Amino acid sequence: MDIRKIKKLIELLEESGLQELEIKEGEESIRLARQSQGMSFQPMTAYQPTQLTSNLAVNTAPVAAPAEVGGAALPAGQPVVSPMVGTFYRAASPTAKPFVEIGQRVEKGETLCIIEAMKMMNPIESECGGTVVAILVENGQAVEYGQTLLIIQ
Amino acid sequence: MFEKIVIANRGEIALRILRACRELGIKTVAVHSTADRSQPHVLMADESVCIGPPPASESYLSMPALISAAEVTDAEAIHPGYGFLSENADFAERVEQSGFVFIGPKAETIRLMGDKVSAINAMKAAGVPCVPGSGAPLGDDAEENLAIAHKIGYPVIIKAAAGGGGRGMRVVHSDATLQNSISLTQAEARAAFGDDRVYMEKYLVHPRHIEIQVLADTHGNAIHLGERDCSLQRRHQKILEEAPAPGLTEAQRQEIGKVCVEACKRIGYRGAGTFEFLYENNRFYFIEMNTRIQVEHPVTEMVTGVDLVVQQILIAAGETLPYRQEDIIMRGHAIECRINAEDPWTFIPSPGKVTHYHTPGGPGIRMDSHLYSGYSVPPNYDSLIGKLIAYGDTREKAMARLRTALEELIVDGIKTNAPLHRELMDDGAVQKGGMDIHYLERKLALSKA
Repeated sequence: MDIRKIKKLIELLEESGLQELEIKEGEESIRLARQSQGMSFQPMTAYQPTQLTSNLAVNTAPVAAPAEVGGAALPAGQPVVSPMVGTFYRAASPTAKPFVEIGQRVEKGETLCIIEAMKMMNPIESECGGTVVAILVENGQAVEYGQTLLIIQ
Repeated sequence: MFEKIVIANRGEIALRILRACRELGIKTVAVHSTADRSQPHVLMADESVCIGPPPASESYLSMPALISAAEVTDAEAIHPGYGFLSENADFAERVEQSGFVFIGPKAETIRLMGDKVSAINAMKAAGVPCVPGSGAPLGDDAEENLAIAHKIGYPVIIKAAAGGGGRGMRVVHSDATLQNSISLTQAEARAAFGDDRVYMEKYLVHPRHIEIQVLADTHGNAIHLGERDCSLQRRHQKILEEAPAPGLTEAQRQEIGKVCVEACKRIGYRGAGTFEFLYENNRFYFIEMNTRIQVEHPVTEMVTGVDLVVQQILIAAGETLPYRQEDIIMRGHAIECRINAEDPWTFIPSPGKVTHYHTPGGPGIRMDSHLYSGYSVPPNYDSLIGKLIAYGDTREKAMARLRTALEELIVDGIKTNAPLHRELMDDGAVQKGGMDIHYLERKLALSKA
């Protein structure tokens, strides 16, 4: 088999989507095989915790999962995290004014929001004084334990 | 059929429940603590909700967190698994009051069987043979307690009425230690269960632990699925279980099975349940009933072909049992090894990262585990990390397959009790079968000496 033929076959293999090519011509035969790619036996990759976002938060807040806190999109400050599973409300009732708005100054102990769980309203109070720089959850959104609700600077 | 179920548990059983839900086309909500984010069932579930910090009391045992998670995900039912709140009647009640289906028996049934004294009395009334005992909580009268002990005959065992699962027990061999043992057990019971009632039973010296699996639907049908022998135990914790029980005849099986089925119907049982007995000199003695799916359920599944977790969900959804008693036939033999993250000889827990995990395979091998290479076993929960089950036409074949599977099993990075199981496969008494519930402890004590 002459070298030009072999070169041609290599080109053919590379251009095509084939992994292997074997040709027999009378007594001669040649087999070309592509380097095996992406066949790593790592079943664990299926379980890498890349998708930690709770499906609860996926469709609304731009930065939802606790794992993504500290990403570039978040302003600096003290995160206020949810101490329980429930529904986040910004006001005491549907018709009332929200407890806080972005830019508002709050004192330590001031109510920031409500988490409703099992028909009970739980006010969430600020652990420190400062300014509300971010509200990461929408009114009526479901939240999980440890989820960041607001950021206070 | 349910559209969505909350899996209120963790580890291998949560994965087991997820698989059953998937099979039935039911959406799953995996609730988890912050320590359990990377469990496979959490990553595979349709939705996941973080319900609390690592301590179980603030997560898997938190009724408000679990029910709230069901509310925010619009789930319809909650499967409690085993352990945690699975046998908590208050939880079952609150779940139902909140508008969800509790996958298990009714709250009042859980309450009846959770109180070991009332359970025994209910079983006596239903004609189930029980261990001779005080039949009622013990009082403070030392004379009376002595009289009860004499009537039963030493040795006796003092048990907490609110206990179960091997906790809150003390053996007494003579008058001298009786009253002290009662007081001590009462104090322990008060601390552990918030209820200091204790009762007395005859202590059987060489019994086997044989339990009967039952299923009962909401249409008055109940069946038994034969027995499991769970005699290999350490500190009342089962290490190895098998079905059927070596040496038990079909006649004995049907007789005790029938008694359990009748008892189910009598108390209006719903779902999957297990009647636990001590078996000595060819006689069964009821000790307690577990109103939930059990850890060792796979061995029954392997020999009967019935998927117990799927049946739990179907029964909870109001379906009729698809089996009559005559459809249940025990074929072959299955043995399960509980694989724990612990030192095989000192039993000290061994949490940590599993650097390399390799499951055994081949005919008749089933591995129920949530492990994977790179998974970290958290220190906050019990040490069960998997169940290795082997099935064969005969007990010998099952053991041969299990022996090979134990050699194939690799769990690097942490210690496991696999070496202990390998030794048990070579143990003469285990190979023969029929050992009593104290056998393993005697064997371990001998090897220490």
